[in-house]
Amino acid sequence: MSRHIADTVANAIATPEKEQPFAALGLKPDEYAKIREILGRRPTSGELAMYSVMWSEHCSYKSSKIYLRQFGQKVTPKMRERLMVGMGENAGVVDIGEGWAVTFKVESHNHPSYIEPFQGAATGVGGIVRDIISMGARPVAVMDQLRFGAIDHPDTARVVHGVVGGISFYGNCLGLPNIGGETYFDAVYQGNPLVNALAVGVLRHEDLHLANASGVGNKIVLFGARTGGDGIGGASILASDSFDSTGPTKRPAVQVGDPFAEKVLIECCLELYAGGLVEGIQDLGAAGISCATSELASNGDGGMFVELDNVLLRDPTLTAEEILMSESQERMMAVVRPDKLDAFLAVVAKWDVETSVLGEVTGTGRLVIHHGGEEIVNVDPRTVAIDGPVYERPVAYPAWIDALKADSAGALPRATDGTELREQFLSLVASPNLADKSYVTDQYDYYVMGNTALAFPDDAGMIRVDEESGLGFAIATDANGRYCQLDPYEGARLALAEAFRNVSMSGAVPAAVTDCLNFGSPENPEVMWQFMRAVEGLGDACLELEIPVTGGNVSFYNQTGDQPIHPTPVVGVLGIIDDVERRVPSAWQDEGNNIYLLGVTRTELDGSAWAGTIHQHLGGLPPQLSLDDEKNLAHLVQGAALEGLLMSAHDLSDGGLAQGLAECVTRFGIGARVWLDEIIERDGMDLTSALFSESTARAIVTVPREDDVKFVGLCEARGYPVLRIGVTDGTGPNAQLTVQDVFTVPVAEIRERSNATLPHYFG
Amino acid sequence: MPIIVVEVMPKAELLDPAGKAVAGALTRLGHSAFTNVRIGKRFELTVDGPVTESTLAEAKKIAEDMLSNQVIEDVIRVFEAPAPGASA
Repeated sequence: MSRHIADTVANAIATPEKEQPFAALGLKPDEYAKIREILGRRPTSGELAMYSVMWSEHCSYKSSKIYLRQFGQKVTPKMRERLMVGMGENAGVVDIGEGWAVTFKVESHNHPSYIEPFQGAATGVGGIVRDIISMGARPVAVMDQLRFGAIDHPDTARVVHGVVGGISFYGNCLGLPNIGGETYFDAVYQGNPLVNALAVGVLRHEDLHLANASGVGNKIVLFGARTGGDGIGGASILASDSFDSTGPTKRPAVQVGDPFAEKVLIECCLELYAGGLVEGIQDLGAAGISCATSELASNGDGGMFVELDNVLLRDPTLTAEEILMSESQERMMAVVRPDKLDAFLAVVAKWDVETSVLGEVTGTGRLVIHHGGEEIVNVDPRTVAIDGPVYERPVAYPAWIDALKADSAGALPRATDGTELREQFLSLVASPNLADKSYVTDQYDYYVMGNTALAFPDDAGMIRVDEESGLGFAIATDANGRYCQLDPYEGARLALAEAFRNVSMSGAVPAAVTDCLNFGSPENPEVMWQFMRAVEGLGDACLELEIPVTGGNVSFYNQTGDQPIHPTPVVGVLGIIDDVERRVPSAWQDEGNNIYLLGVTRTELDGSAWAGTIHQHLGGLPPQLSLDDEKNLAHLVQGAALEGLLMSAHDLSDGGLAQGLAECVTRFGIGARVWLDEIIERDGMDLTSALFSESTARAIVTVPREDDVKFVGLCEARGYPVLRIGVTDGTGPNAQLTVQDVFTVPVAEIRERSNATLPHYFG
Repeated sequence: MPIIVVEVMPKAELLDPAGKAVAGALTRLGHSAFTNVRIGKRFELTVDGPVTESTLAEAKKIAEDMLSNQVIEDVIRVFEAPAPGASA
């Protein structure tokens, strides 16, 4: 087989008019013209490969950049206090005290997970974990935010089985606890499921590492798995369409991951860090070597020389363009001082990790890549990695949104008699989005490593960081696509508020935010408007709550046919807790405690689970949000937890009070007697609203009888609305949930309905 | 009864972690003659009655639709196994 000869710089100068397949690689004519202008000649095929992947929406954020800037602008000095690394690096890093820091980030792997659910979801976990390693941290937990099509659609089971299997396979093999996440079903995600993956790691302050290549003469080292032909989308076009290649013509666009290789890579990297053997480090994800070399060089001294022949290949027939674009998993690139290279190589050899020195940092300001003795790339790396195209895409107020907002759920019939409300309550409990998710979460390890303080079905996941002091962190993620469809600005704020509330209810203090913004096509002006509004909303709300966005990811082009998904900005909030021993459980464990409802209930059924499940309705305005109330509620719960007054705290959101009660009774099988007449009288509403309204800034807490006076006094001193609505009562097979004068349901029946839904479709 | 054999392999371009692990083990155990290992699957479908064009075609269809994942695997061969005792 004749070896494919890469296009050289000399050749590019000599043949300026050669036609290049830029359109097939996803570049627009003006982008291609811009590349020619930057270079002062046509790009070589290798350069075209690099620019095309690095200027793609996924890598360049070209449609979102102008909006994402506000996350860096809407900040106060207080928001910077704990921020060690902000947006722009592989992941944000937050100081949690005692010399410890936490790094966390959420990313999308939506499109690969539809094509090949198992490997797509698995490599999504692998990719985000490598982001965490590259900051110098040890990964300690993962979480996944999943959105699938309608639960009864024939294709949904294929995707669910693959995605959940892939996540559990990769995460469990790595030995990382999966401590939370989300599982939603909605027909809008039928042809485009969302598979977001979050990872979190811990490090000592002095272990922080960044992705930059500085120090002329330092070596560029590629280590980890070999480079193969997987995950090459566009390169095959380069290799086959415009060149006379005899190599393989069709490369699969998916990748296969190897979690055992990644586990070794984690330990290897941590030993390298501990020995002070790397100056800079970058993981290889999307756009592979193209991305790693151009980003490392851009963030450092700017110059780099790479000998592409030194890349260890799994498949010797790969062309230079394919090597540049390959997304083979489990690879890292390090910058190593020459005097430390031997020690570096000794460590990687110990871990049996394959390594090759590709080149070195130079002072030229150019990224130069040789292959087969010829110069095939010679570019200013900043033009590839940083100064890519920036678009201010047209935005348009959606033509349909006023009609949708006008169609309030207020007009829907509401039940008044107990029998009907009981049936509605059970229908909601059993509905796919509120039903028990054990079918999914039981496939994950969540106590492995022995530091899990809270995991599903708790409101937030919590991990102990310091075994001596008990210092730890809590993380919760949320997004309500239905609210965002009604109003993306408010929807994004509500997502942040709910994650903030979930973290606060665990007793932790929110400190930082990560986001994964899943939207339709940016070329659709209505989608772009939704995106603009959601980012504005999230930025404003972060400013108001004074917690910074530390990093995240944008995923566009999520649609089935022409139909975009509901805007789904997944927001993750990280909180700090001084001692995980003082965490607040999210469900009832004892009889005889008083149940208090904190906050005010309004008739807010628009966009609710009740409207969706009982009436298949989506319309109106999402619930009102006061972030001041959210802050006050958080402070109140944290204060009461510090004084040891709380036996449990559970936030109210989807499904309202009814769902909150169901979750509190089913978790440990503790029954309750609850009365609604005082809420109805104080807040002025009907039974349906009292049970199913999704008003914000609410929680139910349980307090031992002897602490009643103290607790109520605390609420009154802080001016937070509080109402005693019941008492925990009954345990064992006879436990039941009684809503006085409305309905009584045995806890066993609630459990049975809640537990049956997912196994019925997937079991 | 005759048997139709279906052979499936991971796509050549994709990583085969299990094969890689075995290849690594062979080297460690001193078998240096082998540079790579790839692990595939073999299915044996017992046929009720003689193998005809149509059963073979059905087996091929099953192989592509159900026995393999076309995104990451290739069906290499679908053939009737030689009868026991017959020389291969």
